[in-house]
Formats: sequence, structure tokens, C-alpha cells
Amino acid sequence: MERTTLDLWVGAFVVAGIAALVVLALKVGNLSTYNVSDTYQLQAHFTNVGGLKPTASIRSAGVLVGRVTSIVLDTDRYEAKVTMSIDKRYQFPKDTFANILTSGLLGEQYIGLIPGGDDKMLQNGDEFKKTQSAVVLEDLIGKFLYNSADSKK
Amino acid sequence: MSTPLVEVRDVNFAYDSRPILKGINMSFPKGKLIAIMGLSGCGKTTLLRHIGGVLKPTGGYVKVDGQVIHELDREGLYALRRKMGMLFQFGALFTDMTVFDNVAFQMREHTDLPEEIIRDLVMMKLHAVGLYGTQDLMPGELSGGMARRVALARTIALDPMLIMYDEPFAGLDPISLTVVGELIRKLNDALGATSIVVTHDVQESLKIVDYVYFVANGAIIAEGTADDIRASGEAFVKQFVHGEMDGPIPFHYPGNDFNTDLGVHA
Amino acid sequence: MAIVRSLRGIGNRVVNAVWRTGYGARFFLMTLFYSGMSFRRFRLTVREMFFSGVMSLIIILVAGMFVGMVLGLQGYETLKRYGSESALGSLVALSLVRELGPVLAALLFASRAGSAMTAEIGLMKATEQIDAMELMAVNPIARVVAPRFWAGVISMPLLAALFSAMGVFGGYVVGVVLIGVDEGSFWSQMQSAVDFQHDVLNGVIKSFVFGVAVTVIALFEGYDAPPTAEGVSGATTRTVVQSSLVILMLDFILTAFMFRGD
Repeated sequence: MERTTLDLWVGAFVVAGIAALVVLALKVGNLSTYNVSDTYQLQAHFTNVGGLKPTASIRSAGVLVGRVTSIVLDTDRYEAKVTMSIDKRYQFPKDTFANILTSGLLGEQYIGLIPGGDDKMLQNGDEFKKTQSAVVLEDLIGKFLYNSADSKK
Repeated sequence: MSTPLVEVRDVNFAYDSRPILKGINMSFPKGKLIAIMGLSGCGKTTLLRHIGGVLKPTGGYVKVDGQVIHELDREGLYALRRKMGMLFQFGALFTDMTVFDNVAFQMREHTDLPEEIIRDLVMMKLHAVGLYGTQDLMPGELSGGMARRVALARTIALDPMLIMYDEPFAGLDPISLTVVGELIRKLNDALGATSIVVTHDVQESLKIVDYVYFVANGAIIAEGTADDIRASGEAFVKQFVHGEMDGPIPFHYPGNDFNTDLGVHA
Repeated sequence: MAIVRSLRGIGNRVVNAVWRTGYGARFFLMTLFYSGMSFRRFRLTVREMFFSGVMSLIIILVAGMFVGMVLGLQGYETLKRYGSESALGSLVALSLVRELGPVLAALLFASRAGSAMTAEIGLMKATEQIDAMELMAVNPIARVVAPRFWAGVISMPLLAALFSAMGVFGGYVVGVVLIGVDEGSFWSQMQSAVDFQHDVLNGVIKSFVFGVAVTVIALFEGYDAPPTAEGVSGATTRTVVQSSLVILMLDFILTAFMFRGD
């Protein structure tokens, strides 16, 4: 009967639509880099996060190793507390540096990890002790002006 | 006489403030075939819609099978409507379904009958209207008379106790007209149903009906058996039955005086 | 006198519009309320998905492909000036997934499937099929309207996804295959720019909302159409005009909510 071919078409349509969604999620989007189950959480305090946003990438030696999950203001220290989830495959020494960097001159900000030499590795819930805040352009320019004013004297 | 199946009491109805029905009283005894006649736009179809519960009267009531229609809730109304059938003016067949699916529509919606039994029932109904063999056609492929008969088969699909016909003869050729007329009479007697035929086709309907109500301007002006109507002395009925041009119904629309419009002064 | 008359005309139109809005809202709620049958007898919905979804496939796929190709070409010309051709992938994908996919697919859906729905229901009403159904104790909202509604609501996000995917492919064909942008950076820039939750899911939510809006407008216009030839044709036109405007308005509101700040 006619109905079976109709069902076939609708079925094909639904499959194609869902396939398109999967393509958008995996090939176009970044779902493949999420690895929801295999992550552990680390924290870091920064005096200034600049333009860092949740879901910003975390890279070590340029390789994507995790993502920022949340940024809140820690009112005990009045510093930004950044929580990030790191891929379980990557372990970092206790004295790893966490720096907020910018990709390109005006690009997105991300966190760069520079491993130290400690034998002990950071565990789930641990904190980066050594951090470097974002470079704020206004401060940089201010410092430059101040310095040049100084040197003129 | 037992209590009638359908009882219309003092029904008034108005669209906005324009009165359509003015104090209609009718009764439709079980097993009879009754016609409501009148000019187009006199309120016949409106009356049918009251019996079907589509419209609510502004005064009076319509009782079907002992229940006042406009006091029923949706459930009750739908339960009652399952026992009614209505044939619409141009059939109102579902144009996106085959003839078979049209006739099977109510069986599928309202019963849990298995598909084989539905098939047999549909074939029986189609056979009853003489259209066995058309089941795979689409409504668009049928002639006007055939479409009307398919609609008739659909109307009687669940063997209703009350069948309403809204202008069943409109737009039919003389042969189809006789066929449909005969079918209406035969089905009424075979199913033991009560039928209400709304029509302005006097000659055809007078041949088949048991009783006639004549409606003009929202009120009943004459009633009686077919013979009574043929013999009626009422000027309007005479004009209507014999199709005369002159009579109480004027040829001219009641507008301004034509001569004045033309600027002709007497 | 003329002023009074035109004022009265405007007032009438406003009252009428408010009236219809209320009636439309009630119609929408009734459709939701009587939706049980659309899922109990899912066949009915599948059938309508064929007419609204499958029949819109060709136009959606072809349009998506060409929109992606245009984006590739235009984006390349613009990005070239700043020496960042490698960002072409993210430009094409972001514009499609966030905006063009849901919006253009919905506009095409409104003119392809929405107008057909309006015309069909309007004609069913004009030929008394709706009344006939009602008198057969079958609720036309449950039997005719709700399956079409759900078919549209299910089809719309799928069509939008197909549009976006096709568009990305079109952008790839123009950018990488024809112009010669580096394939690796095309995809990797795209992947690092497009966030699944933020961009893809929000796009799906948008198209879902558009699907609801378009089908409700189309079905309501059909159901409310005067039962004449002019009535149905007028209703069909109104469906396309209104749903196009509503899509763009909703798009602004949703975008403001979804992509504000952060």
C-alpha cells in the first residue's frame, strides 16, 4: 500500500535530520572535544581574568586539554576563582603555572598551562598555586606612558 | 403515537441581531422521512445545525432522543452525534482520502473493529448505494452524483438512528436525482431510521417524504403530507410548488425604486 | 468627517486584531489540549510529516547549499582583507548554525509547508469537511489540526539542521575546494569557534520555537479563513506574511536572550 512508502520517506527524513544534527555537533561544533565523563576538576585564583569566559579553552603547549567551567568572584580574597575541567588523559605537576593568554593580538583569551618539575601530580579539586592574570591593555598602556614620563626626567 | 425522536420547541435564533429562526415548532416521529422545505436562506440549514448541536438556540430547545441538545456537555454531545448521520450539501467527502477510507472513517475513529471487518462493512455500505468497486478512487475522480452517494454511504456507516440531509439534490442531473431520492427512502426504511431532508427541490422530495414542513422567513407557514402540500391553497406554497414567477415572493430585490434611480420622473 | 471615519477604521482594525489574537491563543491551547491522539495514533502525525517535512526537503537542501556557497564567497572576500582567510570555516558555520539555518529554513518552511497547511484546512472548512467531521463526533482539532501541528514542530528543527549542514558543505565547497583555503584550518577554526551547547543547541531551540509559531499561524489562519475562494487565498497570504514577520521578531528576542553578554 501507499502507506509503507510514505513511512519510508518520513523515516529517511528523520534519519537525515538527526544525522545533520550529529554532523553539526561533532564535525562543525566542539562536542567531540568535550569528553564529558573523563575529566577532573582543577581550580585557580586570578587577580584579574580579563575577558576569559566559561567554555574558554585550556591549552598546554598549544594542545587543547580542557575547558573553563565556571568563573566566580571569591569574596574571601576578592579574586576570580576559575574552575576548569581537564581531560583525564593529561596529568600536571603540582607546580604548574596557569596563565591567562590571548590567541593573537585581539583574539579569544584562554588559559595556558606551563608544567613545572614537581613529582606530585595535581588531583581532582586541587588548585594551581602559581597563576598569572590576564594582561589588560589599559594597564599596559598606562605603564608604558608612566615609564616614558619617568625616563624623560 | 410514541414520543418523537426529535422535538423542536419554540426555537429562536439570531445571527448578531438578525433573526433567522422565529419560534419554530416541529416534531419528527421515529421511522418517518420528513422534509423541511423553503427558499434558499430561509433558515433550513440553520435548523439542521441546531439539531446537530453545532449552533445554540437563543430561545427554546431541541430535544433528540429525550435529551436537550444545548444542555449537553462535549462528551454527551459527541455520544449523541455518533447516533446521527448528516449528509452535507456537496457531500463534504474528505478529499485527501480514498472512497474506502471515507466510508471507513467513522468505524476507525469510533470502534475497535479489526480491519477485515471494517473492510466487509465498507463494501456492504458501498454496495447499498450501488458503488461497489469505487473504493480505491479519490473523491475528485467521482461525478457529483457518485460523490453524493459515497457521502451517503459514509453517513450510514454506523447505522445512525437519525439521518439529516442538507440539500441532497442540489446540483444533480435528473437521473442521479431520482437515484439519490430513491436511496434516501430505501435506506430510511431498511435502517428503521428517522430522516430529515432539507431541500428546495419540491417535485423530487414530494415523491418520497411522509410529511413536509414549509419554512419561510424563519417561521413555519405550512405543514402536512405530500398530498396536503400539493393541494395547498396557501399562496406562497402554490408559488413554490409550481415554480411560478409571480406570487408573494417578489422577483425584484427590495431596493430603491428603479425609476427614481434612472432619473425617470413620473 | 474623513478623519473620524479613518480613525474609526483604525480602531476597528485594532479591536479586530486583539480579538483574533485571543482567539488564536485559545486555538493554540485547544490544539495542545487535544494533542493526545497525535501521539496515540502516531501514524496521523507521520502522514503529515511527509507533507510538511519530506516535501520541503528539496527546497531546504538546495537553498542551504546555495546560502552556504554565498557565505563562503562573501566571507572569503571580506576576511581576505584582514588576512584571516583561515577563519572562513568559523564564519560560515557560526552564521549558519546561529542565525541563517533556523531563520531561513523557517521562512522557507512557512512559504512551502505553512501556506499549504492554511490552504488545505481552509478548503476543508469551505467544503464543510470540518463540519462533517464535527458532526461525526470526531474533534477536528484533535484529528486534523493537532497532527499537523506536531508534524511541523518535529520537522522544523530537522529541516533547520539539514539546512545548516548543507550550508556548511556549500561553504566548504566554495572555500576549500574552489578557492583553496586550507582544509585543516577551515575545520579546526570552525570547531574551536562553534560551541555545541551555546551555538548548536540554541539553534535547535530557535528552530523549534519557529516551528511552533509557523504551524500555529498556518493552522489558525486556515481554520479561521472565511469559507470562500477569496477567504482561503487571503488567509494563505496572511500566513506567509505573518509567519515571516513573527519569525524575524522572535529571532531578535531569542538572540537577545541567548547571546547576550557572556
